[in-house]
Amino acid sequence: MASKSRIHAARWAMAALLALISGTAAALEWYMPVGVTRLTQEVYTLHNYVMILVIVIFVGVFAAMFYSVFAHRKSKGHKAAQFHENTTVEVIWTVVPFIILIFVAWPATKSLVAMRDTSNPDITIKATGYQWKWGYDYIKGDGEGISFLSVLATPREQIEGTAEKGEHYLLEVDNPLVVPVGKKVRILTTAADVIHSWGVPAFGVKQDAIPGFIRDTWFRAEKTGTYRGQCVELCGKDHGFMPIVVQVLGQEEYAQWTADQKKKAAAAADDPNKVWTMDDMKARGQKVYESNCVACHQANGKGAPPAFPPLDGSKIANGPKEAHIDIVLNGKANTSMAAFGKQLSDTEIAAVVTYERNAWGNHTGTLVQPADVKARRK
Amino acid sequence: MSAVLDTHGHGDHEHGDHDHHGHGPTGLMRWITTTNHKDIGTMYLWFSFIMFLVGGVMALVIRAELFQPGLQLVQPEFFNQMTTMHGLIMVFGAIMPAFVGFANWLIPMQIGAPDMAFARMNNWSFWILPFAGALLVLSFFTPGGAPGVGWTLYAPLTIQMGMGMDLTIFAVHLLGMSSIMGSINIVTTILNMRAPGMTLMRMPLFCWTWLITGYLLIATMPVLAGAVTMTLTDRHFGTSFFNAAGGGDPVLYQHIFWFFGHPEVYIIALPAFGVISQVIPAFSRKPLFGYASMVYATSAIAILSFIVWAHHMYVTGLPIGTQLFFMYATILIAVPTGVKVFNWVATMWQGSLTFETPMLFALGFLFLFTLGGFSGLVLALAPVDIQLQETYYVVAHFHYVMVAGALFSAFSGVYFWLPKWTGKMYDETLGKWHFWLSMIFFNMIFFVQHFLGLAGMPRRIPDYNLMFETWNKISSIGAFGFGLTQLLLLYIVLKTIRSGEKAPQMPWEGADSLEWTHLPTPAPHHSFETPPVLK
Ligand SMILES: [Cu+2]
Ligand SMILES: [Cu+2]
Repeated sequence: MASKSRIHAARWAMAALLALISGTAAALEWYMPVGVTRLTQEVYTLHNYVMILVIVIFVGVFAAMFYSVFAHRKSKGHKAAQFHENTTVEVIWTVVPFIILIFVAWPATKSLVAMRDTSNPDITIKATGYQWKWGYDYIKGDGEGISFLSVLATPREQIEGTAEKGEHYLLEVDNPLVVPVGKKVRILTTAADVIHSWGVPAFGVKQDAIPGFIRDTWFRAEKTGTYRGQCVELCGKDHGFMPIVVQVLGQEEYAQWTADQKKKAAAAADDPNKVWTMDDMKARGQKVYESNCVACHQANGKGAPPAFPPLDGSKIANGPKEAHIDIVLNGKANTSMAAFGKQLSDTEIAAVVTYERNAWGNHTGTLVQPADVKARRK
Repeated sequence: MSAVLDTHGHGDHEHGDHDHHGHGPTGLMRWITTTNHKDIGTMYLWFSFIMFLVGGVMALVIRAELFQPGLQLVQPEFFNQMTTMHGLIMVFGAIMPAFVGFANWLIPMQIGAPDMAFARMNNWSFWILPFAGALLVLSFFTPGGAPGVGWTLYAPLTIQMGMGMDLTIFAVHLLGMSSIMGSINIVTTILNMRAPGMTLMRMPLFCWTWLITGYLLIATMPVLAGAVTMTLTDRHFGTSFFNAAGGGDPVLYQHIFWFFGHPEVYIIALPAFGVISQVIPAFSRKPLFGYASMVYATSAIAILSFIVWAHHMYVTGLPIGTQLFFMYATILIAVPTGVKVFNWVATMWQGSLTFETPMLFALGFLFLFTLGGFSGLVLALAPVDIQLQETYYVVAHFHYVMVAGALFSAFSGVYFWLPKWTGKMYDETLGKWHFWLSMIFFNMIFFVQHFLGLAGMPRRIPDYNLMFETWNKISSIGAFGFGLTQLLLLYIVLKTIRSGEKAPQMPWEGADSLEWTHLPTPAPHHSFETPPVLK
């Protein structure tokens, strides 16, 4: 395609320019990615076009300035002229930039209109921001009904520097979002607690996720592969640790993936009427705790007071179990304690409450069953 | 205006007496009770320098943590507190007071007035500041620490914060009160106290830029106060302005904040333009090119600044029509800004140039501020902005405007007027060192941040992927260099005050405003007890 080769030529020209400056450009990420959607390519071209314009004007203006700096020095005996206005010149340098700007605004308008056109998607997925993970619900199209959480997969040791950091350090998750290649995917964004922002540079997509509201954006990935982004709106403590990973699969692989997901979901669904033993419940609870609670309340249950109170020895974990179930279900207003009622099943909540009441220095001996949680749901 | 002249509470004035504090309290009480515009200007400038160092140390904590991937020095919560307080302290504690300091020192002298219009209120608007600064610093010692929400204080994250958030809200209230009083004072002084013959269109451009800035402050500071008050009542009194569950909207906060926030950019930039418009003609030995168009451009920028706020909100999901409107309005600002840059270059054209430190900083300003303006144009284009929003590109952009723009302009002004203020000359060699080191280290910190942003590194994160490592290292080294360089400024100023050579009456050949042409150097304690005679 002609436009593609033009993009490549521009990219190489830019790379060569920087290589002259730094000598190391080839090894470094330093420029906007071309991306794998038509819209990113448009944005990329628009950016290059503005860059060239800007560089030309910059060179023009400062050539004049530096010419003055060298030629009109007092030390060279240059005598100051005393002119201080010139209507013609002043009108020209007001009108000409205005006209140039119209030529910039036009392509920008075209791209923006295309970017905001979320109509007729093939697949609609809701992305929900939580402190600090993403939840995905496939709402319409192939894969409808699939839903899962996506949490940072980088081990703690790598962050603390006791293990070597991998290639995708901080840009890897347990369950990536999976979409088919070549299909229009509409992403609805919302959030459960504070504002987050969902974005993937390779798709040219970025949309705030606002609690209580639904916003949307879309992309159509033209190449299979794995693409990475991050939450880009400051959302509290672990804002830097809630990446977004999207896997773009071929049509058949995608069909295979949705089928697998549905089978897995059926197998994993807990029977809400099952009566659990203490040991099984505690073991299950520890897993739930590790993926949902540990970031704030810590593995040792000591928390990080005062923002994140300890559970070890706490009044709630050692008091009546109903209050304990309620706070996990509904969260606590005006704090980071989220409402887990919608994210976790009755079994998971029963398990984590049981675990918290019988771990560390807590020895209440209470065993909470899924039915207890169901009873507390309003 | 005799009440104004009565600066020390009793009526007798010894005309021509250059004794600074012969009649009035001495020592600490002199500074606490002073109503003299020069004393108050001096206090503003020192306060802003101290805050500059405090905010600078916070920036160094941020850059030290970002020196390499992984968490080494601070926890994420504390990192967020650092970015928040660095921003608030630099904007409200360092840059704004610095230019109010310049205004206090210079406006009465430049328009031929004896002092500011409301001398006692002037004292008050300064002395509120240390308390506001103290509240900000105190918030670190409350349970939960300072708020970690970014200087923009976005809801609903602010609802989750501890008591430090409330202290910050009160600090913002105090800072706003101080700014409003300061600007009422400046506007009144300029409109009412000009010497006979000093028409508005004869005023030095610095006075013009401050006149317009004064109006911007009076219009926008109450809006900011409203936004943080709504946050306060959402936190404690059960309102739901920003809470969807109660019928509110978190995005409403952003609209209110940026209605203040964008004009704020020009509140900082316009006085900086004013300083540059004094310095460049002086060292070009040639009158400012296009004085009238400078005044019109400044007014145009100020008016446009009220209708571009949502360019900070391109990714919040505004309707397309709204986005287009704000994109066009934002692009339009490039026109008057361009006029200013062209005028400055035309002022130098065919001049008789010398390059003392004030001129060097002014040229540094011109070069780098223009660069910041260009990255602003790139960000104004919504489709490109969606790619770059909330990345280091934005961080780079606004530091070019705030540091290379406003701060370099303040440096330029300090060197330019230091002889007038102290009666002594600064060390030119050291001044040049200060300039060149600042210039090199500044670009080392921030130029590479454009690359980080283009490559997709989000801002406000304490840790990052390995692919961003090299640029972050360079940036961090630059930051420490820049920080240390500023101690040189402190040394230069102290050295000037203690042992500088006596300044000549006219240290700068081309300077032509009243403080140079109609007042002795150093400036006497009372500027113009009788109005100067203007031809
Ligand atoms: Cu976030
Ligand atoms: Cu703005």
